[in-house]
Amino acid sequence: MENHPVYIDNDPQNEHSTLNLGPTHPATHGVFQNVLQLDGERIVSGVSTIGYIHRAFEKIAEHRPFYQITPLTDRLNYCSSPINNMGWHMTVEKLLGIQTPKRVDYLRVIVMELARIADHIVCNGVLGVDTGAFTGFLYMMEHREAIYEIYEEVCGSRLTTNIGRIGGFERNFNAKAFVKLRAFLVNFPKTLKEFEALFTRNRIFMDRTKGVAAVTAEDALSYSWSGPLLRAAGVDYDVRAMNPYSSYEDFDFEVPVGENGDVYARFLVRNEEMWQSLRLIEQALVKLEKEPTDIFHADVPEFYLPPKEEVYNNMEALIYHFKIVMGEIPTPHTEVYHAVEGANGELGFYLINDGGRAPYRLHFRRPSFINYQMYAPMSAGMLLSDAIINMSSLNVIAGELDA
Amino acid sequence: MGKITNEELLNNINTQFGDRVTVVGEPFGLLTLETTKEQISDLLGFLKNSPVLQFIYLTDITAVHYPEQELTIGVIYHLHSLVNNVRVRIKVFIDGENCHIPTATNLWEGANWMERETYDYFGVIFDGHPDLRRILNVDDMTAFPMRKEFPLEDPNRVDKKDYFFGR
Repeated sequence: MENHPVYIDNDPQNEHSTLNLGPTHPATHGVFQNVLQLDGERIVSGVSTIGYIHRAFEKIAEHRPFYQITPLTDRLNYCSSPINNMGWHMTVEKLLGIQTPKRVDYLRVIVMELARIADHIVCNGVLGVDTGAFTGFLYMMEHREAIYEIYEEVCGSRLTTNIGRIGGFERNFNAKAFVKLRAFLVNFPKTLKEFEALFTRNRIFMDRTKGVAAVTAEDALSYSWSGPLLRAAGVDYDVRAMNPYSSYEDFDFEVPVGENGDVYARFLVRNEEMWQSLRLIEQALVKLEKEPTDIFHADVPEFYLPPKEEVYNNMEALIYHFKIVMGEIPTPHTEVYHAVEGANGELGFYLINDGGRAPYRLHFRRPSFINYQMYAPMSAGMLLSDAIINMSSLNVIAGELDA
Repeated sequence: MGKITNEELLNNINTQFGDRVTVVGEPFGLLTLETTKEQISDLLGFLKNSPVLQFIYLTDITAVHYPEQELTIGVIYHLHSLVNNVRVRIKVFIDGENCHIPTATNLWEGANWMERETYDYFGVIFDGHPDLRRILNVDDMTAFPMRKEFPLEDPNRVDKKDYFFGR
């Protein structure tokens, strides 16, 4: 503790007051602490402390077979777990050289874009709450519930989804999932329009957010920002467009870019991304009509768990089931880095494999962790109330921060 | 996209560094290089500032532990050239007992927490880092938990003994 810089302030001439923002503060939306030095209402300096929910996922992953690591990824950015799940599946598929059918890719695009919308709903809704407008949040939250109901139809769970398997999905999308999806595509745009009408040209909201925490593109790149934050600062880096995965190259979508990287620009970028996600889902539904409806996973019996009935009645299925669960299938001795565009930015999986049952080393490149490190330095000189909305527009998710 | 191929990238590096940078491989199209801790600062600076290559984006810094090797800790950098849309991976192997490597914080501000995380997990000391403290684990922890000899669970704990569960 003696080298902790925030606790050594015994100077009687120093009239700054110390404020502990967090670890559990309603405005932090998660468990992390900022110790701020305040001069009146203005922040002089701050020190971020993270790690309150550190769960050592990278260590645990070294002791788990590939398919048991998916539930760990759920708990990174728990507002958009499906993107993490899919990112992990695709990393393993890249390692093993599994080619997924187009229908699987399109279904994955649907699930990932729903997750992105769910994440942005929370972020932009909460940004409204932090500026004092609760209504928009409540309007939008209804549709996050609709998204969670679609997840329920697809995989049975809502928040920590564990959706999909290596090679595809654990089961096919049922008819109800598509009904709910189409209903969402009809209902959500209306609300999003209303939400934009409430906020985008709202005098109070603009006064609170415009010019607040503006970040130049140089700073954003130097701090390795990614995702909506980097794009709001004017850099059009989107993993989906730059290094397409899961057949994103088949789709037509825009990468929204902001101008000056302030809170308002981030808000606009996220809103526009929701529209683009809706476009992507609609295109995916059209593309799905041309695909055979019974395919929902690649034909890789060595890695894809067979259905339970077959395990009991079919010799090959029983053998594969046993081999997959016991991890007896040889895997290549190599390393792979795979990145997906998470809701907060570039979510990377760096996997070193030694051919064993579990990864030799697995590292998550977590966008929140990397985005958040600018928070304390950029808060210096800011009003406390601005620092609060800055934090909520950074969309720091404690699970992704700590891993 | 991808305006620069791995070959051109390698030629560019070779003319500058010659045999001080070696190629490890190209797994899944990602050029992987190896260098020494004496060269790493120069190499990173060259990659970032070269007007042709423009590796301005530091994707990630992490490490890996190979207890059976002579140089046990490998520090791994992932860089991304957003202009040319090409990535590169650089590995530096260092001694696990005397774990020193120059910092990259003078090139990228974002390296700060990545290096702190690597220090926290593996005990890699980044010389010149402005604030090298633990970041995820508690400050008074003495071990470096991502090294292979550190057990996943405390082997001395008694609350998970089989007889508590009737086995």
